[in-house]
Amino acid sequence: MAVKTFTIDGQAVTAEETDTILQAATDAGIKIPTLCHLDGLGDVGACRLCITEVSGTNKLLPACVTKVSEGMEIKTNSERIQKYRRMILELLFAERNHVCSVCVANRHCELQTLAEEHGMMSVRFPYQYPNTTVDASHDWFILDHNRCVLCTRCVRVCDEVEGAHVWDVMGRGTNSRVITDLNQPWGDSETCTSCSKCVQVCPTGALSSKGKSVAEMVKKRDFLPYLMATREEKI
Amino acid sequence: MSKQILIDPVTRIEGHSKITIHLNDDGSVRDAQFHVTQFRGFEKFCEGRPFSEMPALTGRTCGICPVSHLIASAKACDQLLAVEIPPTAAKLRRIMNLAQIVQSHALSFFHLSSPDLLFGMDATPEKRNIVGVMELRPSLARDGIALRKFGQEIIALLGGKRIHPAWVVPGGVSNPLDPKMREQMLAMIPEMQAISLRTLTWFKTLLEQFREEIRTFGNFPSMFMGLVTPQTNGEHNALLDHYDGKLRFIDASGNIVLDQIDPTKYNDYIAESVESFTYLKSPYFKPLGYPEGIYRVGPLARLNIIDRCGTPLADKEWTEFRALRRGVILSSFHQHYARLIEILYGIERIEQLLNESDILDKNVRAIAKPSRSEGIGVSEAPRGTLMHHYKIDENGLITWVNMIIATGHNNLAMNQSVKQVAQHYVRSERLQEGMLNRVEAVIRSYDPCLSCSTHALGKMPLHIQLLGSQGDVIDEVKR
Repeated sequence: MAVKTFTIDGQAVTAEETDTILQAATDAGIKIPTLCHLDGLGDVGACRLCITEVSGTNKLLPACVTKVSEGMEIKTNSERIQKYRRMILELLFAERNHVCSVCVANRHCELQTLAEEHGMMSVRFPYQYPNTTVDASHDWFILDHNRCVLCTRCVRVCDEVEGAHVWDVMGRGTNSRVITDLNQPWGDSETCTSCSKCVQVCPTGALSSKGKSVAEMVKKRDFLPYLMATREEKI
Repeated sequence: MSKQILIDPVTRIEGHSKITIHLNDDGSVRDAQFHVTQFRGFEKFCEGRPFSEMPALTGRTCGICPVSHLIASAKACDQLLAVEIPPTAAKLRRIMNLAQIVQSHALSFFHLSSPDLLFGMDATPEKRNIVGVMELRPSLARDGIALRKFGQEIIALLGGKRIHPAWVVPGGVSNPLDPKMREQMLAMIPEMQAISLRTLTWFKTLLEQFREEIRTFGNFPSMFMGLVTPQTNGEHNALLDHYDGKLRFIDASGNIVLDQIDPTKYNDYIAESVESFTYLKSPYFKPLGYPEGIYRVGPLARLNIIDRCGTPLADKEWTEFRALRRGVILSSFHQHYARLIEILYGIERIEQLLNESDILDKNVRAIAKPSRSEGIGVSEAPRGTLMHHYKIDENGLITWVNMIIATGHNNLAMNQSVKQVAQHYVRSERLQEGMLNRVEAVIRSYDPCLSCSTHALGKMPLHIQLLGSQGDVIDEVKR
């Protein structure tokens, strides 16, 4: 396998040609913020928080789905990138009804942590206040569209790891919603195995365990790398 | 009606309101109204949310007394779960509720009302505020701050946060009491007790000075309502019970009208009326109808309905308090007095509860799925009886909410009090700060929690306009 040499934030880095910028940066100890990415799941570049500046193009490229190449000069934290990352976060907050103070995932939410890390003090865009619903038909879990950022981690974990493919995305643009089966209530789903993987990988309070009060929903995400490592060993 | 005086906004209360005083042609006061000018909409926007979020969600109603909402809401949710919560959890909730009452009463008495008491109602507003109190009597201001801190420290030690702790949950509380924190709480008790006793001593020296206010500040016959301890077998001594208990209604002469009423049956006795001039509903006692069914809740009501408090020092003070007049105490001015006795009671009761043998028990939460479609939680908030009533669908999502807040129960009484004070003090031909301050002060005696926001503390301007029948400004006072 060919090895590529390039720089990230001025640091010389070597990685395999199949690696993404995100993998190479992580291996080199350089942190790039992510939201839709989760180790163990395939990447889709949905959230764009991992955007990077790469020499030779004016486009900002998502680190999670961009492969490394020879001689690349990558910047992961320029002023321009910071500006856009903050904007992306503000747009995510404006798009749905994220009310951290009364959310089950308060203090345990990746979106909230990212906003804090990026110094997002306020949202400059008008809140959309969509009239979204809560699906509590499942015996153990709740889906709250108000808190969903459409990262599709639930869709991918259910398809790639659990193999049930209960979740999907329906609609376009701001009307996009994650759905179970053919847009049936979650509790009526015939394919759901109630394994809770989707709940654990969800970065926000969109998927939670029933009965949890505010700030009580702590996600256990470490199961995924462990599970994937075990499976690979077996193969 | 030819003229109207407008006090907008009312200052040194929690929330946004205004008062209009309507005058007759001869300049005498015909009527006065207390308008709550803010709209919140909690009952509506809670619909569709999982019931388990309700304590924390409704706690956001108020920044001063979030714990009261947490408690009433969690009790309603306990009913939805159809569980009896572990006894230790109930005791810990009691402690937090009492801590909340101590800190809120301290805020009302020291920060909001003590300037009126220390400087007198006619003093200039530049002096008559908490900064003025700090300058003239720093020890009084320090005592107030210490008491409020005590209440908030206990809330923080139990729930992790001074304001909006998410620790009270359906089925109990989320964490047991840490022994070290119990020691910290107990260590604060002696000083707090001393503060509360010396404040009572000081307040009692003021009574003579405020004789006229005592006579005219919401001093009228009305019913009183509140929770008292449940009757067990044998003779019943109704004690203070801020967390649980049964409803008792008494009339203006102190006769018990209804006793040991299950609070979940509140709907049989209380209805709510709506007036076009205010966003605050007016609950009334159903058997007497509207508006005759006026009743009062809060510290004064609680001390009027009980047979004794239930702790030694508070009982002693309560006996002296009730000896002020034969029968029940009717003047709303004495809410201040009642508040100080409740602070003392709260400190004593917290100490008792902390010394109970099972207070450190680790079993503090009952886990269950919702088993009922309707739940009602009733507790005593600093300002009076607080009621949360929820209905849920088969998935546990809220379909209907009714909240009756303590200040609401007092709405009819506050309006009547404003009218009484205005009729006694206000003369249209000469608008004076002192007379209008008294109109505000009677509202302050109820410690109304209107928005439950703290930012209004003494910083809002007071704007009073005297309006002619055509809306022309005849006189104006600004500060």
